Formats: sequence, structure tokens, C-alpha cells
Amino acid sequence: MMTVAELDAIKAKLHSQMMLRKGSEAGEDTYRKHVLVCGGTGCTSSGSMGIINKLNEELKKNGIENEVKVIKTGCFGLCALGPIMIVYPEGSFYSMVKEENIPEIVSEHLVKGNVVERLLYSETVTDSGIKSLNETNFYKKQHRVALRNCGVISPENIEEYIALDGYQALAKVLTQMTPEDVIQTILDSGLRGRGGGGFPTGKKWQLARNLVKDADQKYVCCNADEGDPGAFMDRSVLEGDPHVVIEAMAIAGYAIGATQGYIYVRAEYPIAVERLRIAIGQAREYGLLGDNILGTGFKFDLDLRLGAGAFVCGEETALMTSIEGNRGEPRPRPPFPAESGLFQKPTILNNVETYANVPQIILNGADWFASMGTEKSKGTKVFALGGKIHNTGLVEIPMGTTLREVIYEIGGGIPNGKEFKAAQTGGPSGGCIPAEHLDIPIDYDNLISIGSMMGSGGLIVMDENNCMVDIAKFFLEFTVDESCGKCTPCRIGTKRLYEMLEKITSGNATLEDLDKMEKLCYYIKNNSLCGLGQTAPNPVLSTLRYFKDEYLAHVVDKKCPAGVCQDLLTYKIVADKCKGCTACARKCPVGAISGTVKEPHSIDTTKCIKCGACMATCKFGAIVKE
Amino acid sequence: MVNIKINGIEYSVEEGTTILEACRQNGIRIPTLCWLKDINAIGACRICVVEMSGARSLTAACVYPLSKFDEGKNILTHSPAVLESRKMTLQLLLSNHNMDCLACARSGNCELQALCKELGVDDSSYFEGAKNEFDIDTSSKHMYRDDNKCINCRRCVAACEKYQGIGVIGANERGFKTEISCAFGMDLANTACVSCGQCITACPTGALSEKDDTDKVWEALADPEKVVVVQTAPAVRASLGRLSVIR
Ligand SMILES: Cc1cc2nc3c(=O)[nH]c(=O)nc-3n(C[C@H](O)[C@H](O)[C@H](O)COP(=O)(O)O)c2cc1C
Ligand code: SF4
Ligand code: SF4
Ligand code: SF4
Ligand code: SF4
Ligand code: FES
Ligand code: FES
Repeated sequence: MMTVAELDAIKAKLHSQMMLRKGSEAGEDTYRKHVLVCGGTGCTSSGSMGIINKLNEELKKNGIENEVKVIKTGCFGLCALGPIMIVYPEGSFYSMVKEENIPEIVSEHLVKGNVVERLLYSETVTDSGIKSLNETNFYKKQHRVALRNCGVISPENIEEYIALDGYQALAKVLTQMTPEDVIQTILDSGLRGRGGGGFPTGKKWQLARNLVKDADQKYVCCNADEGDPGAFMDRSVLEGDPHVVIEAMAIAGYAIGATQGYIYVRAEYPIAVERLRIAIGQAREYGLLGDNILGTGFKFDLDLRLGAGAFVCGEETALMTSIEGNRGEPRPRPPFPAESGLFQKPTILNNVETYANVPQIILNGADWFASMGTEKSKGTKVFALGGKIHNTGLVEIPMGTTLREVIYEIGGGIPNGKEFKAAQTGGPSGGCIPAEHLDIPIDYDNLISIGSMMGSGGLIVMDENNCMVDIAKFFLEFTVDESCGKCTPCRIGTKRLYEMLEKITSGNATLEDLDKMEKLCYYIKNNSLCGLGQTAPNPVLSTLRYFKDEYLAHVVDKKCPAGVCQDLLTYKIVADKCKGCTACARKCPVGAISGTVKEPHSIDTTKCIKCGACMATCKFGAIVKE
Repeated sequence: MVNIKINGIEYSVEEGTTILEACRQNGIRIPTLCWLKDINAIGACRICVVEMSGARSLTAACVYPLSKFDEGKNILTHSPAVLESRKMTLQLLLSNHNMDCLACARSGNCELQALCKELGVDDSSYFEGAKNEFDIDTSSKHMYRDDNKCINCRRCVAACEKYQGIGVIGANERGFKTEISCAFGMDLANTACVSCGQCITACPTGALSEKDDTDKVWEALADPEKVVVVQTAPAVRASLGRLSVIR
């Protein structure tokens, strides 16, 4: 068992070490430098483990293995530029590091102190010298609360977490606060669920504490199923800072009166699973999970449950059914989990990112948290930026930041000088936001009012080359695949909706079909059993709302304005530009192109299979699709 | 007690009563398909939806327990939105159904057929699109399963598990391809099925049916060499006896 005094002692012991990573010079008894290498999923797949091995090897070769420490961290957010490596105290940020760069970085930078500028993240190198990471466009407007320790500490070392105030919030609630105080603090902070719905977290805890008076057992669950395509916020928190979730769940357990928790995490996240295992083991070893935590008599323990990766298992009742060992299908509510959840006991379920905010709220106070964000959405939100944008990656921004700031300042705008068309938020449950709403401050209620939703934080940017009907079809295809098949509207309705979209993109739909489709959308929303079906039509409805003209172009003119829907395209040779070189005719796999040498050629559209080979071959740009 | 209004008229029901029960107690009919008294309340088919004041979407009457939070609410059981939704639910079911009524064992006694008539489904091909094509399981001696007529209500699953305590059928696959069948797609004949027929009596459609040996009897009767003796099987009588209990 550990006491609060011992916890403080660990923190003090590591203080100067950790200050190195905040930029202060090394103390006497510590390493001279810390080299942090990203061990997140992105950088691991681009080779960061090889970098770590090579680093250790080179440090030995140069005899400085006792002066420089290598630390494997979680995600920095700039995954597209991985592997990422940062050297402290100077904070030099190397991106796209290759193993063959390591000898040079070690001998020049780590031994002699000469930063290898050529290999730094180009954004940090300016005419007037090297900028710190926090001054780059990508990081400048970010504000890290949930991701505070990601890319800062070693997720596999509980002492580094403790050194940066880890488990102090748990100590505070156990020694200075009643469960009611804890709930009141979370209520006052205005924290809302980050898993999509935005339900007030304090309210949820309050219900679970009070609704059933004589429960013999209650449960605290964490939703780490993260099934939205392209989303990886929760994975990054778990990989970079697993203890924050453990600490928060213990706090929640104290607040509602539960002694057992479950983290439901998808098995496709092997690194996150491994780090959670290590973290839970260490927390038990340090007496921060188990019986009599910090000598206060409070008891709480945690177990992992691995999900097979069905999207619907992220829905709360399906998740609990799955933990119980049954087919992961939603069940009707009420009863709500606060009354009858896991094993029919009062249960709370919160998202990973929701939990990641809790210890900071306890330590810094509800007012601190409520000072960030908008009137009804407090704090920050993590987004996974993707699609047609310069800086893809993970960003954490205060609620109320505009979409324009996220896309053009943090994200660096749209590549290749293309024009912005829409941003998709909320994944398969969300919608597309057009340019006219770029200046709307991002928060739960604003996004809903413009036909989208916060979702868990996927943000996909689309440019003029994206067809909005095709985008709607993409998301529908996902929900059709992921429907559990229990209720009629979703099982059959989403399939029929998908088929209607196919009819549109193949040029076979009529205006009556458009009306029928809209009617079906509202039917599915109003009649489905769970949130999956209830939100599945949103991508269709939001594109119908803002890009009706594109639908009409497909239906009435049988054209795809963005040039995406194959069935509606024809390849043509512009006679004026064609030199009659015969290159295209030789490339065409079906012999659809004819013409004599040095005369303009032509394409027989009845034979053409629209493979685009001719267009790619023509050196004179004489072939167009329209 | 909870005080609610149904179609504008005030009623008082015990807390925990579902909307469906509250309506039935007061002589208001709400159609059901997947619901089966005491054993199947899963809210799957959505034919029983009603409009409830304050709710964002429609509510499945069979699984909604009325509580003190519902005090004073008005429930519309036959509003235009409700009727239109129920009709669309049927049309969706039909879009993935082998509508072979003329040759179907359950024609005239089929809950799906009856509801289509009751709710005025005048266009059975309103939705066009792909249909599942399932093999008919004829493996067992006493019955067949034709999932091309199955509406995924899972009443058979509940009957097998809860009446009979056998539990050899359940949902396989997911989404549009969901099929009620035995584990790993096994033939019914190769499972622990005890041929009780409870699933057949629970099924609202012609997806499950006992095998019909009438032709064999005619053949035997026509055979001058054969002496034909008749014996009724008690087990079948017992099963049919349950029929009136269930419905
Ligand atoms: C189909 C579906 C999938 C969901 N997937 C997730 C998920 O992957 N992660 C998550 O945290 N919440 C997910 N949710 C939301 C959860 O049901 C639940 O509201 C949330 O975990 C509650 O935590 P919060 O209040 O902290 O957001 C999903 C909901 C639906 C309907
Ligand atoms: S809405 Fe879809 S995912 Fe949800 S219960 Fe119905 S079929 Fe399953
Ligand atoms: S199951 Fe009912 S609706 Fe289907 S074919 Fe048979 S009688 Fe007709
Ligand atoms: S006949 Fe009886 S045991 Fe066999 S599947 Fe049907 S209900 Fe189960
Ligand atoms: S076989 Fe019959 S009882 Fe079983 S799920 Fe299908 S329709 Fe329902
Ligand atoms: S995984 Fe390395 S920066 Fe995201
Ligand atoms: S009878 Fe209520 S959902 Fe099927």
C-alpha cells in the first residue's frame, strides 16, 4: 500500500528530470538530455522501434548512454510526419527520421550539441532561427488538456505519470472530498461526454449514485471501442497516457459508489491494449488500484475487455451486452444504464477522452475548466484531421474555435490550391458542413443546428474534387455493413437507402426517387432501435440540405459535377488538341479508340469501359472526362 | 400509479406497465410482430411504434415501461406519422420477403399477411432492391425453416430457449444478411433440437412449418396392398394446445 506522502515523494524525486522536458537545464544527478521517440501506432508503423534500437546502439558506441536517455512516448499528433523524435531540453523536433540519420544526430547533436537542422520539422526552421514546436502553426492554437501527457511521458512508466501530478486528483478526492463534492465539481465544470452524444458527465454520475438506493454492486465502464472510420483520438490517449483513464475511473468509482470497472477496448488496438495491461499492473503494484487505496479504505479494481471491432459495440447497451458475453446488440432503453446497466446493475459508461479530462478538473477546479469553451460546451475537444488537408493528424482545440481556424491555420489549408467544399464531422452519424458555415464556433449545439454533430471527433476535409453524393454513399456503405441487424428500419432500411444512392450515382434515378429517399431517411431516424440507425441517414440528409444541386445534376442532367461517379462520365478526345500520335489507341484495353496517324482520334463510348488509361497516357492533354 | 393520456383520454396505470399493456388493458389495439407475452420483448420489428409527447422519435410500445417521468404525457397510437411508419415497416419487410402467399402453409393464418391487410399496404413492391436468398433447411424430420420468409422477429429463438430450454437457434451474420439459424450454420437435424415444434407455433409467418405428410397418406390409402391404421400423436396435440396460450 502506498500513502499520499509516498506518492508525493515519487513526484519530488522525478521533478528535475521532468523539468528537462519543459526546457529547463539538467540538474546534477540526472541525464543531460532526453530523447523522446514516438511509439504511437502511426510512428510504430513508420519504423520508430528501429529508430529506438539504433539510438541506443549509437549512444553506446559514443559512450554517452549514461548521459542521454531514450524514452518511448505516445502520439505527438503529427503522425503523417513520423517517425517523430524530440530532443530535450532544447526541444528540437525531428520528423520523418530514418535509421540512417541516427549516427549523425547522435554524433553531431547529442555529442557535440549541433542540431542537425536539415532533419528538423521544416515548420520549426525559420530565417531567424529555430522555433519551438509550440510556436508552429500546427500547435500554436491547440490547447492540450486531454492530450496533456501524450508525447511527454513514457506511458509504460507509472512514475513519470506520477511526476506530472498523476494520481494527485485521486488522492485529493479520497482525502478531501465527499462523493457528492466530486459530482458537484464535475457538474460545475460543464464537462459533457466526448463519445458523441454530449451528455453532461456530472449528471450521469449523479443519476448512477442516486437512482438505485440499495444496489449491492455498481460498475464504471470506459468506452474505448472507437469505431468511426478515420478516428484515433481515444487510441492516442490510451497509447500515450493510459494512467489518466485509470485514475479517472477510480475517481468515478468513488463518486458513484462502485468498486469494479471495465475498459472495453477494441482488439485492433494492440499497442493500446498492451500499455493498458502494463498500466493496470503497475497501478495495482503501487497500490493505486485494489483494496484500501492510499490507505483510505477505498477499494476499486479494473479489468480489460477486448471487443472484436464491431462499430455497434460502441453503443452503450450493446457494449454492456458484449461484456456480459453475448452477441453485441443494443437493447431498448429505458431502463438506462444508470439504473440497470452491466449485469443489470447501475452502471456509468464514459468515453476515454471524457475521462482524460477528469483528473485535471479535480486538481484545477471546475471554474478553470468552465473558463474554456462556449456557453454550453466547456473545455477542449480532440479532433482527428484527415482528408484534403495539409497537416493531417491529431489536434486538441478549445471548444468555440472556428472550423476555419482548424482547417486553415492549424491544418494548413487545402493542398494543391484546391477549393474547400465541405468538412465532415461526426463520422457515419454526422454530416457535411459547407463553406458558408466555416466561421461557426465548434461546439455540440452549433454542430447539431447545422445538421451535423460533434461525434467522437473525426474531421474530414473535402475539396472540389469530392462528389457529395459519393461521400454520402461512402458513409452509408459503412452503416449498412455495421448494422447489427436487430431492428427492421436499420437492417432493411439502410440497405434500401444505399441502393437508392447507387441508383442516383449510376444515373438511373428520377426526381420521385429523391423524395422517396428523403422520406426513408426520416423514417429510419424516427423508428430505429439504437443510435446507429437513428443517425445513419444524417450524411444523406446533410448533403441533401447543402448540396441539393449536386443531387439534381446526377438525377436530372445525369452528370457528376465533381467527375467522380464513373457511370456518369464520358471520355472524349478534344480534336483541336489531339496530334494523332496513336499512343492512347495502343493503350486502350478494349480497342475503343480509333483514328489514323496524325489525325484526331475518337473514342467509341459504347465500347469504352472508363478505365482512364488513355487519359493517363496522352501527353497533350487532349483527353477529357465530363 | 402513473397518469397518462392515450389519444387524449386520461388513464391511470401501474408504474412499470408498458405502453402496449396499458393500451391493451384499455381496449386499444396496437399491432405487434416480434413481441411475445412473457418471453420476447426486444423492440426489434418496430411495428408497435407510437408517438409520445416529448420524445425525439417514435417509441416502441412493447418495450417502453411507463414511469413517474412520463406523468401527464400523451400517447398517440394511430396518428398519421405512426400509421405511415408502420406501413413503411411492413413495406420494408416485404422488400426482403418471398411473397409466395398462394403456396404458403400459413396463408390465411399469417400475422404478416394480416397486418399488411389491416394497415392497407397497397403497394407491396414500394421498395425495390436486392433480396437475401437463403437455403431452406429441410434437414430435420418434423419441420423446415425457410428464412426467405423470416422477418427476424426472434420469437422462435425465445420459444426454443425460454419455453423449451434448448436454445439451438439464434441470429447469425449481421445487418441485412442477418439470418436466424443454428450455430455455425449447422443443419437443424445436427443440433440438440428435440423436435418439440414450439418454434413453429411461435412463428408469425410461414418461415417455420411442420412437414406435411398428407401426400404420403393419400398414397398409402390408394395402395390396395396396404392396411392403413390411424394414430394421433399426443405431442403434437400438446404443442397445438399451447397455441391458444401463446396468442
Ligand atoms: C453506433 C454507436 C457507436 C458508438 N461508438 C462509440 C465509441 O466508439 N466510443 C464512444 O466513446 N462512444 C461511442 N458511442 C456513444 C456511446 O453509446 C456512449 O454514449 C458514450 O460512450 C458515453 O460516454 P460519454 O458520455 O463520455 O460520451 C457510440 C454510440 C452509437 C450509437
Ligand atoms: S438501429 Fe441498427 S444497429 Fe441499432 S439495433 Fe437496430 S439494427 Fe441494430
Ligand atoms: S409468410 Fe405470410 S406473407 Fe409470407 S408468403 Fe407466407 S402467408 Fe404470405
Ligand atoms: S423444435 Fe423445439 S427444440 Fe427444435 S428448434 Fe424448435 S423449439 Fe428448439
Ligand atoms: S423463423 Fe419465424 S419466429 Fe423465427 S425469427 Fe423468423 S419469423 Fe420470427
Ligand atoms: S503516432 Fe507518432 S505522432 Fe502520432
Ligand atoms: S412488437 Fe414492439 S418492436 Fe416488435
